[in-house]
Amino acid sequence: MKLNELTIKQASQKLAKGEITSVELAKACLARIKEADKKIKACLTVCEKEALVEAGEADKRRAKGEGGNLLGVPYIAKDNILTRGVRTTAASKILENYIAPFDATIIKKLKEAGAVLLAKSNLDEFAHGASTENSAFGPTHNPWDLTRVPGGSSGGSAAAVAADMCLFALGTDTGGSIRCPASFCGVVGLKPTYGRSSRFGLMAMTSSTDVPGPITKTIEDAAMVLATIAGHDKNDATTPDIGVPVYEKHLGKNLKGLKIGQPEENFGQGVEKGVKEAIKKAIAKLEELGAEIIPIRLPHAKYGIPVYYIITPSEISSNLARFDGIRYGFSSEQVKDLKEVYTKSRGKGFGPETKRRIMLGTYALSAGYYDAYYLQAQKVRTKIKEELDFELEKLDAIVTPVQPTTAFKIGEQSDDPLKMYLEDIFVTGASLAGLPAISIPCGFAPPQSPPLRSSREGGNKTGLPVGLQLIGKRFNEEMLFRIGSAYEKETEWHFQKCKI
Amino acid sequence: MKLTKGEIKHIADLARLELTEAELKKYGSQLSDILSYIDQLKEVDTTDIEPTAQITGLENALREDEKEDWDKKEIEEAFRQAPELKNRQIKVKRVLDNN
Repeated sequence: MKLNELTIKQASQKLAKGEITSVELAKACLARIKEADKKIKACLTVCEKEALVEAGEADKRRAKGEGGNLLGVPYIAKDNILTRGVRTTAASKILENYIAPFDATIIKKLKEAGAVLLAKSNLDEFAHGASTENSAFGPTHNPWDLTRVPGGSSGGSAAAVAADMCLFALGTDTGGSIRCPASFCGVVGLKPTYGRSSRFGLMAMTSSTDVPGPITKTIEDAAMVLATIAGHDKNDATTPDIGVPVYEKHLGKNLKGLKIGQPEENFGQGVEKGVKEAIKKAIAKLEELGAEIIPIRLPHAKYGIPVYYIITPSEISSNLARFDGIRYGFSSEQVKDLKEVYTKSRGKGFGPETKRRIMLGTYALSAGYYDAYYLQAQKVRTKIKEELDFELEKLDAIVTPVQPTTAFKIGEQSDDPLKMYLEDIFVTGASLAGLPAISIPCGFAPPQSPPLRSSREGGNKTGLPVGLQLIGKRFNEEMLFRIGSAYEKETEWHFQKCKI
Repeated sequence: MKLTKGEIKHIADLARLELTEAELKKYGSQLSDILSYIDQLKEVDTTDIEPTAQITGLENALREDEKEDWDKKEIEEAFRQAPELKNRQIKVKRVLDNN
């Protein structure tokens, strides 16, 4: 097995035994990036020199007797997370040459643990999207079928993990942006509870739902990364000062007696046949493993999308006001006055989806419309949250598909922003309520040919990955790890690799 | 919910975005479609429902009123990102008009 194909668990065991060095591990990943990224285009910036220095440092620390699960383990960070001294672009032309002056808190924590940053990954510009097609630097291609999207907005991170370019990656999830690409790329993706991991040093999108989280090859790996990045941060006032559980204790426990809710909304129209089948089989497997599957109803879940697409653009319009060509980023020079510095820098620097969202938010928050749109959305948000909390009181988790479809073709949805928003049907609820949610590989489905076009698929015979979503109680990620690890052990989907 | 061209231009102006004619037209119709879709929120009875601004329930996350110096190197790196500096100050266009 090549070193870049290892899981974090396997690598840390080999490092501890002295069988491999961090430098060897980093070199293997960097070689894989060189080999595969021409086709996948997951990485926007590769920090080869810095990575080898960090890996060398990790080996020195280990020689001095230090340990820890992530010491010397190479990873890739989504490019909306600030990494000091490294170009951080948010996949936008407005930050094309921006060098981050400081580290995000989660990056600081990973540095302290000795993890090695290999590269910054592609995303939808400012995390606006569910396919990574909105990147100003071109889309990332799904390693399972290069003509298809990897999902988004953390598409680069998920594709990199699926193609073994790193041992784990960081993503951010605002309305599905970790879970969606994890589902489309057949890897594990966790959106922690809102406030579990610090947003300091993240480029803010929707401040009331953004959470950074891990994208990994296995559940155990996700638990290891979360253990490192979770925790109170005085620089992020939305992180409560509570302890971080020892997640590893909960892996491998059986599912007997657990109650898992299954919303009747799971198999409505719009969900692809292949996805329905894979999800049904997965739920049956959970039952086989001892869980009790309980039918529930979430009648307000369908409003998740309209609520999300008012709240999100509103917060975006505020958060992106800072990009004005004054202190950093692209600044237009063909200007006659101060106002033109703003309008031309932003007009030229931002991409179409970003501008759309800023405008939607500006409209929704403007005088005369605030009550009808934003305030109403926040009230419906309360109903969605209360509904989920009410059901979760008597349950250990809720199970749903992650996406209604498997990965669609690049370009297939990009003319219709509204159609793209509808992909978020299963993922927005947990975001709006701030609940932890995980996407777990649960099988494959044959690619569905789009109705109006002929399909010369010729792609992967296995089919395309399908993700199962588990939603848990606030700060109860250990339950998601417990259910996920039991399922993973029985099914071994994570051993299947893309052929690229 | 059809937005007029004037309304779109006004929103773009508020958002400080200079858009081309083509963009104004395209975003205008896309925005109108999205707003129509979002109109379904009116169906929901929200009488006596409190809006949710944040779900943590945290209040008054305060710190001591003490000055903390930021890392000097990071400050320099931040300055270096500005388009135009003069004497360690960021240069901007005239803010007050002559009129």
